[in-house]
Amino acid sequence: MESIKKGLKNLVWIQGLTCNGNSHSFLSINDTLLDTFLSNINILYHPILTSEIEFKDVYKRILSGKESLNFLVVEGAVSNKKNEVFFQGFDVFEILNNLKDKSDYILAVGNCACYGNFPALYNENVNGLQYRFKDKGGFLGESFKTKSGYQIINITGCPAHPEWIVRTILSLDFGYDINLDNFNRPKDFYMYLAHDGCIRNEYFEWKVEAHEFGTKEGCLFYELGCRGPLTHSPCNKILWNEKSSKTRSGMPCIGCTEFDFPLRSKYFETKTNIGIPEEVPLGVTKRAYIMLTGVAKTFTNQRLNKKLEDTD
Amino acid sequence: MLIRKRLKEKKKEEIVNVALKLFAEKGFYNTTIPDIAEALGMSVGNFYNYFESKEELAKYIMQYSSNILGEEIRKISEMDISTREKILLLVRRFIEIAEEKPELIDYFLRVFLSNREVFKEGCEGFLCVSSVVTELMLFLEEGAKKGDLRQQDFFPAFVTVMGPLGGIVFLKGENVLPKRPIEYAEDIGENIWRALKKD
Repeated sequence: MESIKKGLKNLVWIQGLTCNGNSHSFLSINDTLLDTFLSNINILYHPILTSEIEFKDVYKRILSGKESLNFLVVEGAVSNKKNEVFFQGFDVFEILNNLKDKSDYILAVGNCACYGNFPALYNENVNGLQYRFKDKGGFLGESFKTKSGYQIINITGCPAHPEWIVRTILSLDFGYDINLDNFNRPKDFYMYLAHDGCIRNEYFEWKVEAHEFGTKEGCLFYELGCRGPLTHSPCNKILWNEKSSKTRSGMPCIGCTEFDFPLRSKYFETKTNIGIPEEVPLGVTKRAYIMLTGVAKTFTNQRLNKKLEDTD
Repeated sequence: MLIRKRLKEKKKEEIVNVALKLFAEKGFYNTTIPDIAEALGMSVGNFYNYFESKEELAKYIMQYSSNILGEEIRKISEMDISTREKILLLVRRFIEIAEEKPELIDYFLRVFLSNREVFKEGCEGFLCVSSVVTELMLFLEEGAKKGDLRQQDFFPAFVTVMGPLGGIVFLKGENVLPKRPIEYAEDIGENIWRALKKD
C-alpha cells in the first residue's frame, strides 16, 4: 500500500481476539467497490495488507498529531484488563484508550468486536467495544461517543459482509448521516431480516419443510434450525460473492449477526416443545403464528411437492 | 354503523344458540331453516340476512364453539398455577361446560364428526376448530418448556388430552355412567397428567 495519500480520509484497522475472518471477508469486496473505496479512503494500516509503514510508526504519528485518524476499525474482541490482548506488540487496552478520542469514527467489525462473541464466553474480562452480548457497556462504556458524535458503529456478522463494512465507511466519508438500530448497527443493512429475499419463501408460506441440507426445495426453518425470520441481516439482499447466501445454497441461517449467536447450542435444529417451535418469526405472537401455520398446513400447494425441475 | 354491526353479531349469536340445540337434538339433516327461523320467531327470509345457508351456519357454529372452549383454555394457560393443576382445571372446566351446555358437545359428536361432508369446504383440517387446537398447542408447549411435560410430537399429546374428555362426555350421552361426569374429573385429570409428565 502507498503510505500516505493527501486529501483522503485515513483508516487504521486493528485486531483483538480474532480469527481474521472479517479481514478475509473485507478483502473479498468486489472490484468496483474496492476501486471506489481506495479512491476515497487511505488505508494507513491493515494487518494483512503489505504496507511500507509498520504499525508502530503509524501509531506514533497519530499519537503525535502528525497524522489524523478518521476511521478506526476494530476486528476481534478486547479485554477490559491490561496485558491480555496484544496487537503488533502493543497492548490493545492501551491502543484503544489512546486512540478512542482521536478517531472521528470507530467501527466494530464482526461479532467479536461488537459483542465479545465466542471469546467472551471463556473470559469475563473479554468484551465487545460497546456491548457484551446484549448488555451495553463493553470496553468503552455505555455512553461513549467518538469525535463525530456517533457511538461505536457495529457491523455485526461472523463475519460481516465486505459491502456492509465498505458502504458504511463510504457513506460516512461522503457526509451522509446513518441511522443506527438498538444495537448500534446501520439500519440501511440491519433493518432487513435474512428471511427477506430468501428464494425459499414460497415454501415458508405454505409450510413445506426441507429435510436435508443442500437441496433446492423446502424451507429450512421448521426442522433444520434456520434463523432467517429472526435474524437482522441483508444476506439475501446483498449476496455473498455477489452470487449466493447460506439459505440459497441449502444451509440454514445460523443467526451470526445477533448477540446471542454463540449462546445457542444446536445450530441445525429448531427447538420445539411438544412439536411447537419455541421461537417464532419476529413481529408476530406465538398464538397468531401457530394459528396461521395451522391454516397454511391445511392446504397444499401442488407446485411445492415436486422437485423444482419437475414443476411446470 | 358500529351499533348496527354489534346488533347483527348479537342476533347471530341468538341464532347460533337456538340452531345448536336443534342440530344437536334432531341432527343436521332433520333440522330445516324454517325450523330454526320458527324457533327464533323470525321469518325465513330474515334468516338469510345472517347466514347464506344451513351449511354456512353449521360451520359458523363450530368456529363459535371452538372459540368459547379456546378462550377457556387460554384463561387456564395464563394462570399462575402448576402444570398439574392446570391439567386438572382444564378437565374440570371441560366437563362443567359439557354439563352446562350439553348441546355443544352433542353438536361436536353428532353433527361435526358425523356429517363430515357438510364441513368439507371451509372447515378443512383445523380451520373451524383452530382456536381449541392453537390454545392446546400453547398450553402443552408451555408445560414442556417449563420442563414439566415430556417432549414428544404434538399429536400424541393432543389425543392424550382430548381422548379421555371426548370419551367421558360420550359415555354420559349414552347414559351409562353411574356418577355425574364431574365426579370423575379429578381421576381423569390425574391420568392425563401422569401420561404427559416428564419421567
